[in-house]
Amino acid sequence: MTNTYLISGAALPDGTRTDIVLKDGLIAELGTGLSAAGAQRIDADGLVALPGLVDLHTHLREPGYEQSETVLTGTQAAAAGGFTAVFAMANTSPVADTAGVVEQELSLGEQAGYATVQPIGAVTVGLAGEQLAELGAMASSRARVRVFSDDGACVWDPVLMRRALEYVKSFDGVIAQHAQEPRLTVGAQMNEGAVSGELGLTGWPAVAEESIIARDVLLAEHVGSSLHICHVSTAGSVDVLRWAKARGIRVTAEVTPHHLLLDEELVRSFDARYKVNPPLRRPEDVLALREALADGTIDIVATDHAPHPVESKDCEWDAAANGMVGLESALSVVHASVVESGQLDWTDIARVLSSEPARIGRITSHGQGIVAGAPGQVTLYDPSASREFGTADLTGKGVNSPFFGRTLPGRVIATFHNGFATVLDGELRPTEDVARFAAEQRMGARV
Amino acid sequence: MRHLLSTRDLDLDTAIRLLDVAEDMADTQQREVKKLPTLRGKTVVNLFFEDSTRTRISFEAAAKRLSADVINFSAKGSSVSKGESLKDTAQTLQAMGADAVVIRHPASGAPQTLATSGWIDAGILNAGDGTHEHPTQALLDAFTIRKRVHGAGSRGKSLDGLAVTIVGDILHSRVARSNVWLLTTLGATVTLVAPPTLVPVDTRNWPVTIGYDLDDALASGPDVVMMLRIQGERMRDAFFPNSREYSRRWGLDDGRLHRLEPTTIVMHPGPMNRGLEISAAAADSPMSTVREQVTNGVSVRMAALYLLLSGDREN
Amino acid sequence: MSARVVFQQADIARALTRISHEILESNRGADDLVLLGIPTRGVVLADRIAAIISDISGTPMEAGSLDVTMYRDDLAKHPTRTPSPTRIPASGIDGKTVILVDDVLYSGRTIRAALDAIGDIGRPRAVRLAALIDRGHRELPIRPDFVGKNLPSAQTERINVHLSEIDGADLVSIDSAAR
Repeated sequence: MTNTYLISGAALPDGTRTDIVLKDGLIAELGTGLSAAGAQRIDADGLVALPGLVDLHTHLREPGYEQSETVLTGTQAAAAGGFTAVFAMANTSPVADTAGVVEQELSLGEQAGYATVQPIGAVTVGLAGEQLAELGAMASSRARVRVFSDDGACVWDPVLMRRALEYVKSFDGVIAQHAQEPRLTVGAQMNEGAVSGELGLTGWPAVAEESIIARDVLLAEHVGSSLHICHVSTAGSVDVLRWAKARGIRVTAEVTPHHLLLDEELVRSFDARYKVNPPLRRPEDVLALREALADGTIDIVATDHAPHPVESKDCEWDAAANGMVGLESALSVVHASVVESGQLDWTDIARVLSSEPARIGRITSHGQGIVAGAPGQVTLYDPSASREFGTADLTGKGVNSPFFGRTLPGRVIATFHNGFATVLDGELRPTEDVARFAAEQRMGARV
Repeated sequence: MRHLLSTRDLDLDTAIRLLDVAEDMADTQQREVKKLPTLRGKTVVNLFFEDSTRTRISFEAAAKRLSADVINFSAKGSSVSKGESLKDTAQTLQAMGADAVVIRHPASGAPQTLATSGWIDAGILNAGDGTHEHPTQALLDAFTIRKRVHGAGSRGKSLDGLAVTIVGDILHSRVARSNVWLLTTLGATVTLVAPPTLVPVDTRNWPVTIGYDLDDALASGPDVVMMLRIQGERMRDAFFPNSREYSRRWGLDDGRLHRLEPTTIVMHPGPMNRGLEISAAAADSPMSTVREQVTNGVSVRMAALYLLLSGDREN
Repeated sequence: MSARVVFQQADIARALTRISHEILESNRGADDLVLLGIPTRGVVLADRIAAIISDISGTPMEAGSLDVTMYRDDLAKHPTRTPSPTRIPASGIDGKTVILVDDVLYSGRTIRAALDAIGDIGRPRAVRLAALIDRGHRELPIRPDFVGKNLPSAQTERINVHLSEIDGADLVSIDSAAR
C-alpha cells in the first residue's frame, strides 16, 4: 500500500484552496494542480484541511482500567475525531508517577499508531497530594514529560502546589491544575445553584473552582512559573483568568466541548450521562466560556475524554461515575457551539485545537500547521455535513456520550497521523494496517 | 397516573383528585370491614434502601387494605448490600411480576431513574428520595390541613388563602421540597424559616418567602406551622453551633406555642425530636395534627396506589 | 353516528312512578326501605323515586348513594375511574330492605360489585334491584326486580340516559355507533 497521498482541492483554515501532498511522513508540498507518482488521490472538494488536532486532556485508562478504554481504543477514538495527538492523564493504575509508567504509555501509543500519545505525569505520588512525584525522572525519560497534573484530584496543599510550580522550571514544565477546593465539594453531585436546590443534589459551588484558580495564578506569579488550568467551567473563573493574563501571569486555560454546549438544566433528567466533573454549569456560564474562548482568555479546547464501563452510568445519579467521552464528538460540538455562532472561524479552530495545545504541551511533532516540511498531521473535515449523533459514531470503548440524539454539524472524513491515513472516507483504518505502518516508520527512523 | 415521582409536576386538578380519592378511602376506613377488594391480584413491592419503618408500614397497610399482595424488600442485609445494582434489583422485581414499586432511596432521583430506565414496567411510587421529594408525605400533609379547615366539606376544595410556615432544615428536607410545590399548587402561601446555612443558596425559582427569624414568622399569624426534624449530627458540619442554640432560635417551644392563635395547626412529619425542634406540649396539644397525619397517611397512600394501579396502563 | 330517542320525559316520569308503586307493593309499605343509587345517574333516579314514595306514603324518605368503583373487577380495562362518595342514610342498612337503583342494567358486573360493597357495609334483610332500562346481554346470573323499560339492543349500540339534574333534559336515546 502506498504511503503517499495527494489531497486535491482542500480549503485551508484561512479559506485558500490547495492540493496537499503527504509523503514520507511529512507534508511534502502545497499548491494547485499538484501531482505525485503512485500517490493515493483524495478528492477534498468542499472539505476543510485542518492541522491534526491535539488534545491536551484525555483519559486513556491503560494501564489498569482496560475495561473502560485502552491506549489502542482511545487513540482510535481520537483518530475518528480528527485528533493526531493526545495527552494521556496520569490517573491510571498504577498512577503515571514514575518514568516506567509514562514510558509504557508512550510505547503502547507508538505500537497502536493511531495518534501520538504524550503522557502527562502525576504531580504527587499516587495522586495523593502528599509528596511530589519524580517529576525530573519523568521529564528526562523517553516520554519527555513536560505537563504534570493530578487531574481528578486538585493539588490542594498550597505549599505542595508552590513547590511543584517552582520545581518544573528546571525543565520548562507546566502544572495543569484540576481546580477544585476539596472541602467545599464534599459529596458534590452537580453545580450548586437553582437547579441543585430544587433537585436536592449536593452542590458543587463555582467558588470551589474560582478560589483555587485565584490562589494558583498568584502562586505562579510569585514563583515565576507556568500554570495551566484544566476544564474551566464558570464565568467567575474566566474573570480571574482575564485579570491574571492582563497582569502578565503565565497562565493558560482549557475548556471542554461539553461545557461549551451543555448546561445544568439537563441534570433534571437524572440521566447519569450528564454527570461530569466539573459539573455542567448555568447557561450564562456557557456563554461566558464561549466568549472567553473567542477573545483568547481561554486558550484551548481539550476534551477531558473520560470513558466508563456501561454499569458506571446505568444507575442512580449519586452512584454514577463522573465523566463523558468526547474525542469523537469534539470537533462537531465546537463547530456547533462557537463556529456556527460566528465567534470562531477555522483559523481559530486550528489555533485552539492544534497549535496552542501543542505549544502548551511542549511538543513539536504537532501543531505546526499545514505548511510544507511540517510533520504529516492533517484532518479533513466536511463542515456541511450534519448527523444525528449516535453510538455508531463512537469508536472507543466508552458509550457515555451526552450527545446521543443531538443533531451535530460536520464530519471528520480523513485523519493523517505522521503522514499515514488513520481514517479514510469517514471510516477508521484497520488496526493491523495502522500498526504495521507505525512499526515501519519506527524502523525507518532508527536506520 | 403512570408513576408518582414528585409533587413538582402535579397539576392542581390531579392534586385535588388525589386528595378527593383519599377522602373516599378515608370513608371506607371508618367501617367495620376496612379491606377493599380493589387491587386483588396486584403485587406491590416496598423497595426500601433506607430504614423507615413508619413509611413502610403505612404503605404496607395501604396496599393490604386494597387487597394487593405486598412484598417487602429491604435493601439492608440483602443482595443489594452486597453490591447489587439498582438495575439488577429492578430487573429481579420485573421478573417477579411487580405491578407497583414503592421505593425509598438515599439518592435523589433514584425513583425517576427507575421509572425512565426501561428496566421495569411497574408503576413507580416515590416514598422519599435523598433530599429531593417525598410526595405522599406532602399529600398527607395537604389532606390533613384541608380536613382541619374544611371538615366534611373538604372534597373538591383547594388550600386557597392559607398561610403555611415550614420551619427547620430546608436544605436537606425532601418533605419541605414536596410541600413547597404541592401547597403552592393548591393555593397556599408558603414561608420557610431556617438558619441561613440550612437553606439552598439559590431559591429564586421557589414560590416562597424565606426568613431566618421564627418569632417574626409566627407573629404574622400563620394558619399552619410545620416543624421539620432536625438531625443532631448536622452540627458536626457547622450548620449550627449546637442543639441548644438551634432549639432556642428555631424550636417550637412552650412560649412560642402559647403565642400562637388557638386555631393554628401544628404539624410534624415525624419522627419527632421532642425538646429539640418541638416541645412535648406543642406535640401533644390539640393544635397538633401529628397523629392525624399518620392516620391520613394510609388513606392518601391508598389513593396513590389506586390511581397508579387502576386504569389502562398501556395508555 | 345516529341517535334515536326511545324514551321521552313523560315516559321516564311514568316509569319511575310505576317502579315506586311496585316497590311499595312488594315491601308492603315504606318501612325499613333503603334506596341506594349507584353513581352517577342511579343516584338521581334514587332521589326521584324516594320523592315519589314520600308523596305516596306520606312519610319522608331519603335515598343514599353507593359507590362501587373500588369493587369493580375491570379496573385495568378502562381509563382510571374516580370514585364517588358513598352516603348511607343514618339508620344504616342492617336488617333493612335495600333497593339498588341504576340507570342501565347491562352485563350485571356493576351490580355484582354493588353487592360486594353492601356486604362490607352491613347485612340487609334483602337486596332488590331497580333499573330504568334493561338492555340485556347479562354476563352474570343477575336480574332486576323493577324495570322501567326493556330495551333489547345490539352490543355495538350505546344507550344514553339523560336526566335533567345532570344533563339538562330527560330522555333516553340509542346511538348505533359506526365502529
